[in-house]
Amino acid sequence: MLARAVTHALVGLEPRKVEVEAHLQSGIPGFAIVGMVDRACQEAKHRVRSGVLSSSLEWPLNRRLTVNLAPAALRKEGSGFDLPISLAVLAATRQLPPERLADHAAIGELALDGRVRPVAGTLAVAEGARRSGLGRVVCAADSAPEAALAGVEPVPVRHLGEAVAYFRGEIDAPSFEPLPREALDGLDVPDLADVRGQERGRRALEIAAAGSHNLLLAGPPGTGKTMLARRLPGILPPLTRDEALEVTRIHSVAGLLPLERPLITVPPFRSPHHGASAPAVIGGGSSPRPGEVSLAHRGVLLLDELPEFSRSVLESLRQPLEDGVVSVSRVGGHVAFPARFQLVGTMNMCPCGGRGDPAVECACTPQRLAAYREKLSRALLDRFDLAVAMPRPRAAELAAPPGERSELVRGRVVGARERLGAVLPRRTDAASELLSSAVDRLPLSGRGRVRVARVARTIAALAGASAVEPPHVAEALSYRLPSELPA
Amino acid sequence: MTAVRRIRRRDTAYPSLLAAIHDPPPQLYLRGEVETDVLERPSVAVVGARSCSSYGRAVGRSLGRELAAAGLVVVSGMARGIDGEAHRGALEAGGVTVAVLGCGIDRDYPAAHGELARRICERGLVVSEYEPGVEPAPWRFPARNRIIAGLCRATIVVEARERSGALITADFSLEEGREVLAVPGEITSSLSAGTNALLRLGATPVTCAEDVLEVFGIAPAEPSVPEVGEAARALLERLRESALTADELVRACGIEAADASAALLELELAGLVALDDGVYRAALSR
Repeated sequence: MLARAVTHALVGLEPRKVEVEAHLQSGIPGFAIVGMVDRACQEAKHRVRSGVLSSSLEWPLNRRLTVNLAPAALRKEGSGFDLPISLAVLAATRQLPPERLADHAAIGELALDGRVRPVAGTLAVAEGARRSGLGRVVCAADSAPEAALAGVEPVPVRHLGEAVAYFRGEIDAPSFEPLPREALDGLDVPDLADVRGQERGRRALEIAAAGSHNLLLAGPPGTGKTMLARRLPGILPPLTRDEALEVTRIHSVAGLLPLERPLITVPPFRSPHHGASAPAVIGGGSSPRPGEVSLAHRGVLLLDELPEFSRSVLESLRQPLEDGVVSVSRVGGHVAFPARFQLVGTMNMCPCGGRGDPAVECACTPQRLAAYREKLSRALLDRFDLAVAMPRPRAAELAAPPGERSELVRGRVVGARERLGAVLPRRTDAASELLSSAVDRLPLSGRGRVRVARVARTIAALAGASAVEPPHVAEALSYRLPSELPA
Repeated sequence: MTAVRRIRRRDTAYPSLLAAIHDPPPQLYLRGEVETDVLERPSVAVVGARSCSSYGRAVGRSLGRELAAAGLVVVSGMARGIDGEAHRGALEAGGVTVAVLGCGIDRDYPAAHGELARRICERGLVVSEYEPGVEPAPWRFPARNRIIAGLCRATIVVEARERSGALITADFSLEEGREVLAVPGEITSSLSAGTNALLRLGATPVTCAEDVLEVFGIAPAEPSVPEVGEAARALLERLRESALTADELVRACGIEAADASAALLELELAGLVALDDGVYRAALSR
């Protein structure tokens, strides 16, 4: 007897339809799963069998059972196939009606007692189901809000027995709590009001947010570089529905989606440690998984202590910074992950951290200093539109008052983005003249000039000006890379 | 690279001030676009420590700029720190500067100053007594310092520790009866111990570029303070009291960070402030 269930496997972020066929025949009793499945998937045998028996259902003991996951050429990974396999087996043994299974997709991991557990990538699988014309997705109860985001009707089940009862028509599809959308905004995002002082750093952060510029913060340890960078997502406009889905899909595939908050509405913030390997940052692995740059898609990637990252990691950032996409090529195929993120880098002014700190004398030899700075190639530094020196404050009597709240800054950022999206402000003649004279006087390369022009445009938009005036260019020039860095 | 020229001691092009010292080099190798007669023009040596403070860097740079603007040739050793800043300042002013090397004329030493050497060659000279190919070595630098002192009527030490090579240049200068000037520094800073000791021994203190021009009998140029905006003037006034970071300036003067950034850039372009590791400092007042 043959029965069929439908699910989806993921290639990168893309769902591919997989048919799970279960066939019972006479012969030597046994249970085999075929169709290029990985280890976790092979182990489904044991979970499925225990799960079925624990649900007081019948396991075909003295028959030969073959489960095939088609197309066989597609690699299948993970534990999400447990539920469709068990449903196919139960349908093959006619413990549930096979024809009802046909218009459902299923995904979920089985516990040995038959409970259904959520798995990573449910959103992407549910989207695959919608595209295949399947309106209903049987999944773990905890995954239901996530699956619902794809525009399908989830059938949340807590237990395999519940799924069987549903297919037999004994119960209706269990209900689930939809997401309280409004309650999600701004959760856990630190507020800019916590930052005292750092007026120029805050200003640069606002400009970076308004123009999606990459930002480099340089200063001795403990001056609040990281603290400032962590507050960038809070002043970015919230994600649109499409962006939120896109980001959520990536985080879902990476298995990083918090169950209680399955839709990511705030721009994500990622901050990998400087010991991270290139595949961890860029994405990859034998079966490609999204890396930190993709997890920061539509959000912020903070590279704290930029020069401490390995050269290969830093250089591999250049492609995503340029194209907004990471292409991972493996023997098994080629996968593209979106990676349109805003880069924030922090660094000390010298390896010992003494520079820029009036209380400490820098003990770095010129050679060490040069080696530290050479770590950052010109090509990478060229990607930073804004650079801010954050020296340690010196005069205690100039204690800083608390700053503005993120909400207010975000309002200005949103306004500037709207203006930049409508009509790009043009430079006045006087502004162009200032820019040209600055190129002569300051160590500013041709690319540096382009960067300054771009930042000046954002500053003009923030000011609500219709044209880029000389003060806008002057301010933009003040955020150029320090002269001693190659630029 | 421009062609290397050589002048011998008996040549008329040999600088007369250098010929007058105790052991003038038998020959000088020269690299650069300009005629050798710049070596006869009134010259001032601006020297100092390689590892220097941001104060020293700012003073070295603005002295180089103002003295070159007043028509003096700025001579230094193209080392890191003060030397390099003095050359850069002179180049910024569009003036003439001469770098004396302690190695072969074809070597860019330190390597990080290769670009600086190229720019010096466009508007001045790179000088060495060593033939092309001679390696830099520690014992050659004191000998190089005697040429720096020998080429100039006066030597300014901007910043020096107690046992700095810059003091050797000052000693040579004194021995030959030339003027020695020193820039006063904080008495608590070890980086200024050498210069403060020179002052105690009777060196002329440098508090502004005019102090140096007086030695040369040059009338200071009309004070041409560049036009700057109102915000920039306020910031400059505050910076003349003490060096501050941009954020401190914002708070001290009560202006927006955006306006302060633009005003500081204006001052920087006008050469009225120097920026170093995020700290702004007023340039020498004219």
